Amino acid sequence: MSDVKTASVNVIEKPKFKDQYENFIGGKWTSPIKGQYFENVSPVDGANFTKIPRSTAEDIEKAIDAAWAAAPEWNNSAAAYRSNLLLKIADVMEQNLEALARAETWDNGKAIRETMAADLPLAVDHFRYFAGVIRAEEGSVSELDSNTVCLNVTEPLGVVGQIIPWNFPILMATWKLAPALAAGNCVVLKPAEQTPVGILILMELIEDILPAGVLNIVNGFGAEAGKPLASSSRINKIAFTGETTTGQLIMQYASKNITPVTLELGGKSPNVFFESVMDADDEFFDKCLEGATMFALNQGEVCTCPSRLLVQESIFDAFVERVVERTKAIKLGHPLSPDTMMGAQASNDQYEKILNYINIGKEEGAEVLCGGGAAYNEGLEGGYYIQPTILKGNNKMRVFQEEIFGPVLCVTSFKDEADAIEVANDTLYGLGAGVWTRDTHQAYQISRAIKAGRIWVNNYHNYPAHAPFGGYKKSGIGRENHKMMLAHYRHTKNMLISYDKKAMGFF
Amino acid sequence: MTERVEVTEAAKQIIDQLREEHGELMFHQSGGCCDGSSPMCFPKGDLMINETDVYLGTIHGCDFFMSKDQFEYWKHTQLTVDITSGRGSSFSLEIPLGIRFVIKSRLYSEEEAKDLSPTRSGEN
Repeated sequence: MSDVKTASVNVIEKPKFKDQYENFIGGKWTSPIKGQYFENVSPVDGANFTKIPRSTAEDIEKAIDAAWAAAPEWNNSAAAYRSNLLLKIADVMEQNLEALARAETWDNGKAIRETMAADLPLAVDHFRYFAGVIRAEEGSVSELDSNTVCLNVTEPLGVVGQIIPWNFPILMATWKLAPALAAGNCVVLKPAEQTPVGILILMELIEDILPAGVLNIVNGFGAEAGKPLASSSRINKIAFTGETTTGQLIMQYASKNITPVTLELGGKSPNVFFESVMDADDEFFDKCLEGATMFALNQGEVCTCPSRLLVQESIFDAFVERVVERTKAIKLGHPLSPDTMMGAQASNDQYEKILNYINIGKEEGAEVLCGGGAAYNEGLEGGYYIQPTILKGNNKMRVFQEEIFGPVLCVTSFKDEADAIEVANDTLYGLGAGVWTRDTHQAYQISRAIKAGRIWVNNYHNYPAHAPFGGYKKSGIGRENHKMMLAHYRHTKNMLISYDKKAMGFF
Repeated sequence: MTERVEVTEAAKQIIDQLREEHGELMFHQSGGCCDGSSPMCFPKGDLMINETDVYLGTIHGCDFFMSKDQFEYWKHTQLTVDITSGRGSSFSLEIPLGIRFVIKSRLYSEEEAKDLSPTRSGEN
């Protein structure tokens, strides 16, 4: 442990949790069939705070049965009906926003400032967005010739499986749930084993809103509950957010049943700053500095963490100096303290992995510009805290190529536009990128040249519900957010109608 | 000759424990995102391996693979599979034990780099 002290501890009350949670199957809280539970640890203090079902294939089967029992009615329900239920979910979440935010913070370790201002409000809006979209959208009709009409109607897939990551538990569950439910699917959802509690508390709040069996939550470990869900021949789609090997494995399981898959996998997102950003020390430049410091949002545990800072040579020293200054101002502290800017990493293994990466970075010759080790949080000695760290090096180093998933920024320089594009694209991933410039032509051209699904131009880490999000290259398949997402949860039924009474003349 | 992948005694014990329950095992080094950049342990054959993977060596009886393109960025470092306590997620078999396999890396010395254990394509 480091002796770098963070903010002094305020006495903050831990949220209240039950001693044990259950699965939610067919509208009822249900114990796992084998009766096993596992301890859930809070990264805030490293202590166990509740028990979670350790489910197995039998529980997954039971949940899929419940989902199919609900499917005939839900799959065929009116859009207006589903829309109203999604709006009710959003209202209940909004009314309980602080309680959910506190639970989420305790479960994940992230600062309450972020759960209050980002995770929960975005989740509420996401339900409202999809509730709105399905009221306004239409299918399509075309008259192919005077006697032939092509009618395109959308139909839900039926029952879908969803596996949720631990970095934004409620928000990532919402990104998958809202479109799936809006499209008329029943869902079997498995939360991440590090962070199941926020989702379960949300389920307690909304359990009477949806008809029984429409949404089923089964907790457990990947190998024991995730695998039978992804391998099941009785789901019509599997959606996963996580890392590449598991992504490959899920595709492989799904391939046996020709089950469609959407995957949101890793990233190593470049955040590119051109020299014009320093033309003035103004409001926009202040925004640029904040944009470069966005690597610390959610302790860096974001697939789109802008973890590679690429700065034009001509401004490199001056710009990086200001970014270091901004980074040193980040306040670590108790995740439940409202002025804490960075909380705990989500688990001990994450914490260890991040420290291992900082070490390999140093060994490869990266220069530590700030941070570079663990942080100590008074009163929370068992928690997993790391100092926001900036490493200066080159893009071939492992710390520039691998997703550390922690508050570690790797900074390097580029000469000109061509060099910026080359370095930005020299990665296996293509999830996000930032482009910062005062030159609008440059902003457009560089954004088009970077191979990533989301390019933030003169901003970073905004996630509005109506902007599609997803990856190029090894960052995944499909998109989330935006009404286009509904297509990932639907079939297109094409009715090709002939109004011609004459035979075709073949037979 | 210097091995490309090593394994600690503590990790060996966990491998033995998992082998008893699941039979023969394999490792695949994951790439990015939540639980990524970590070695994944599966029942042997569970993850399809082909020419897009590189075989780096065998640790305590388990073949260790990595995606070929990822290996390009890793090949100058020796990997050691160790364990740490903590609740990881993913489909890796040790997760229910409340521990996680982790990778520790170091650069090869110039001398070592001249004589590294051979790699081969995963299809063989």
